[in-house]
Amino acid sequence: MRSLPPWAAVLLLCAAATPAFLVSDYRLFQLTMVVVYSVAILGLALVTGFNGQISLGHGAFYAVGAYVTAILMSLYDVPYWATLPVSAVVCAAIGFLVGLPALRLGGLYLALTTFALAVATPQLLKYHLFEGWTGGVQGIVVFKPDPPFGLPLSADQWLYLFTLAVGAVMFLVAANLVRGRIGLAVRAIRDHSLAAEATGIDVALCKTRTFAASAMFTGIAGSLGAIAVGFVAPDSFTVFLSITLFVGLVVGGVASVAGPVFGGFFIAFLPNIAEEVSKAAPGAIYGVILIAFMYLLPSGVAGGLGSLLRRVVRRPA
Amino acid sequence: MTEFLHQVLSGIASGGIYASVALALVMIFQATHHVNFAQGEMAMFSTYIALALIQAGVPYWGAFAITVAASMVIGAAIQRVLLTPMAGSPVLASVGVFIGLLLIFNSVAGWLFTYQLKQFPSPFEGPPVLGGFVTRHDLGSTAVTLAVLSLVYTFFRFTNLGLAMRASAYNPASSRLMGIRVDRMLSLGWGLAAAIGAVAGMMIAPVVFLDPNMMSGVLLYAFAGALLGGISNPLGAVAGGFAIGVIENLAGAYLVGNELKLTLALVIIVVVLTVKPAGLFGKSVVSRV
Amino acid sequence: MYRRTLLAAAGPLATFGILGRAGPAAAQAPGVTATEIKIGQTEAYSGPASAYGAIGRGLVAFFKRVNDQGGIAGRRINFISVDDGYLPPKTVEQTRRLVEQEGVSFMLNGLGTPPNTAVQRYLNQKKVPQLFVATGADKWANPKEFPWTMGWQPSYRTEAQIYAKYILQNKPDGKIAILYQNDDFGKDYLAGLRDVLGDKYDRMVVKAVSYEVTDPTIDSQAVTMQGSGADVLVTAATPKFAAQIIRKIYDLNWKPLHLLTDVSLSVAAVINPAGPERAVGMIAAAYLKEATDPALANDPGMNEWRAFMKEYMPDADVTDSNYPYAYGVGVTTMQVLKQCDGDFSRENIMKQAANLKNLEVATLLPGIVVNTSPTNFHPIQQMQLQRWNGTRWELFGSVIEGAGS
Repeated sequence: MRSLPPWAAVLLLCAAATPAFLVSDYRLFQLTMVVVYSVAILGLALVTGFNGQISLGHGAFYAVGAYVTAILMSLYDVPYWATLPVSAVVCAAIGFLVGLPALRLGGLYLALTTFALAVATPQLLKYHLFEGWTGGVQGIVVFKPDPPFGLPLSADQWLYLFTLAVGAVMFLVAANLVRGRIGLAVRAIRDHSLAAEATGIDVALCKTRTFAASAMFTGIAGSLGAIAVGFVAPDSFTVFLSITLFVGLVVGGVASVAGPVFGGFFIAFLPNIAEEVSKAAPGAIYGVILIAFMYLLPSGVAGGLGSLLRRVVRRPA
Repeated sequence: MTEFLHQVLSGIASGGIYASVALALVMIFQATHHVNFAQGEMAMFSTYIALALIQAGVPYWGAFAITVAASMVIGAAIQRVLLTPMAGSPVLASVGVFIGLLLIFNSVAGWLFTYQLKQFPSPFEGPPVLGGFVTRHDLGSTAVTLAVLSLVYTFFRFTNLGLAMRASAYNPASSRLMGIRVDRMLSLGWGLAAAIGAVAGMMIAPVVFLDPNMMSGVLLYAFAGALLGGISNPLGAVAGGFAIGVIENLAGAYLVGNELKLTLALVIIVVVLTVKPAGLFGKSVVSRV
Repeated sequence: MYRRTLLAAAGPLATFGILGRAGPAAAQAPGVTATEIKIGQTEAYSGPASAYGAIGRGLVAFFKRVNDQGGIAGRRINFISVDDGYLPPKTVEQTRRLVEQEGVSFMLNGLGTPPNTAVQRYLNQKKVPQLFVATGADKWANPKEFPWTMGWQPSYRTEAQIYAKYILQNKPDGKIAILYQNDDFGKDYLAGLRDVLGDKYDRMVVKAVSYEVTDPTIDSQAVTMQGSGADVLVTAATPKFAAQIIRKIYDLNWKPLHLLTDVSLSVAAVINPAGPERAVGMIAAAYLKEATDPALANDPGMNEWRAFMKEYMPDADVTDSNYPYAYGVGVTTMQVLKQCDGDFSRENIMKQAANLKNLEVATLLPGIVVNTSPTNFHPIQQMQLQRWNGTRWELFGSVIEGAGS
């Protein structure tokens, strides 16, 4: 896996920031959501792509992150940026707890257990005992932050840049994780868990920690999403969200750090494209396009681009 | 006490719904080692086909038979056309295809048949029995589910074809060497699963009423039932389905209230699988290093 | 090398900059030109609430007819209805697109409480009318805090209050069981019953059970409620579950006084699938005319609606109660636009929406009219009780005025 040279990464970041000064607030909102989804999918990539543990319930972590931010901002007046570290800690803790029983489950069973988690999430959010915090079925309205220091930016511009900055940090952390020794252990477990154990890797601890890390990533994405959308409610976090994140993962590229970005674009924009094509059955168009992607690019966009690059850039023998 | 009995009976009735869909999931898993997330939507679509036939004047059992046959063909065709080319692709890409299928079936059903609720006839009409807590349809559909179960069980356990199918799923390479047409087994597996799903749909629709989103609630409980009983074991899956129905009912009525039923399903799944990862009746597969 | 990268990056950026930061010129009447008025709607065309997509389709056809008949003040109506799948984040995205990119004049009849809540603050901040939202939640009538948001249909809470009053009058010693959907819709009914029953609530309500939209059946809930010994049942359920409960209580041979939410009184969607003979004696509050009611065979309002359906939606299922609803919303909207008298600024549209006086609408029951004022954002507050006699809904009593919260 070739890593991006630092100058290229900086350039990419600058390029990604320029829309803040070029496009309308509405488009910026959409791009902000692309970043949010990318980070969410990145979390999923860590546990599913790199560690081989299939999770169909990451929407639950996204929801937790979103609600943590919403509750802190609305009930306790915590500034938006300060909610992120709290959200990270809470989601990592929950991810660790979820990861514990997940250890004993493999493949299919884990997939279906996480699916059950995703289905149960809205009901949990509505539970009357928590209503005082979660707002129950009515949800919580989150006020969009204004740019700090009186900068001459619109709220949407500032939010996009803020989200982009946080997203960049998350991607940097992920890239380092994946390329380092931890990443090697994580991938070894995915490829051959028995052999990995034989080499001295504590498979159980590593798997649980990966789950925790991935929950943290997706949770932070949820927090950013809550700020951008301005509203959280149980209906925002149905099982459909978990499925959508999963779709973003397989389309973008499962075991790739760059893949989630493509995935984010896909899930942010494809429903609109599908609706343009067919008002009557947009879901069918979405399904057809999804299947086409799976056909043509079974390793996702990142995988496809990767093999293209390999064919084009021939290494010296 | 009577209320308790009623809850149990009513749980068995809903459990029958989950059990019938769980059977389809077991079939597809035994044949392909994949779980088709679109199974529920395909079953729903088959039910609409049946309704169209009945509304066109075809008598019930005729429509039933035609629908089962048609579903078999559709299932096999989907496997042949869509999934064979995916054979070499990563597992997750197949899951992507299943999700795509789920969206397509759901959306097309809504477009063709509208989202309006529709009534689906039951072949077991008549006054309720057992003091009104079990309807004839509940009894009839449970009988149908058990009949399908025995067919599936016999098929896998006692026929060569069933053995060949299971072998193809476990070890395609060796199976080919034994002379088994693996691709045919896969198509057959999909066809049978679709057929079982169609039967399940036609037994469920009279109870829950037919609309494109009919199966979305059922699927989770059916999965839970199949997992609990052991996804490789038709008997276990059916038992799991019935068990889930009863547990959900009792828990909802007496323990946690309806506001936490789904959470309870999740907890049950986690607890059972932590204690017995292959399911209550499943066999643990030991892999050698 | 750097330049090439920059140039390469400029391409995709340019495609995003279609609208650029220049922004549309602030028009006096945004969304309105000399030839058209743009109206936006977010609707649930996909997802769990997709049955209500028929409302959107009905409105699209309605405005098509308006245009065919010459439009209003020389302008045609450009009605843009988009899918949000009942997902609040999607609603936010689509609403922003309609307001900021399409530049609509106002938002009309958006479906669902969570979706509308998600965009309520945004629309009020931007001073875009959020008219006639398609939900009966009580909170839309709050002109002090949200002067740009208005509901249309009678609130669920009002309806529940009417049921509570009926129970107190006809079964004052009754033991009440409630089946409610575990969301804002269901919970509004609990609130409405509590409003009227007051301290009697805890004594009279022996069992209140909820269900989730994802529940396959409500059989267990039915058994629980019967077991509680209740002799009054209030059902706050959407069509699928209403049909199930009607059938189940018949099978259980339990005959409570059954009060049903108006959301599920459709003959085609609920009564027929459940079995018309099983629902005898059921009571519901209504405000819309029922399409299949034989007594309305010659009703001029319904004939007007039938003619419209025949010409503009020939393939639609005319028994779907969403269509008379959509027609009613459309008629109310056109009245607002008519009263604008050519001034289609958002302020004036909102002003006229809050200025409807005794408006009769073809698909509303006789005696029920639309009334709004700057302090009254409940356009429809009246309902009438009806009883199912086995073949049709029979209205009884007189039109009742609700009070809202």
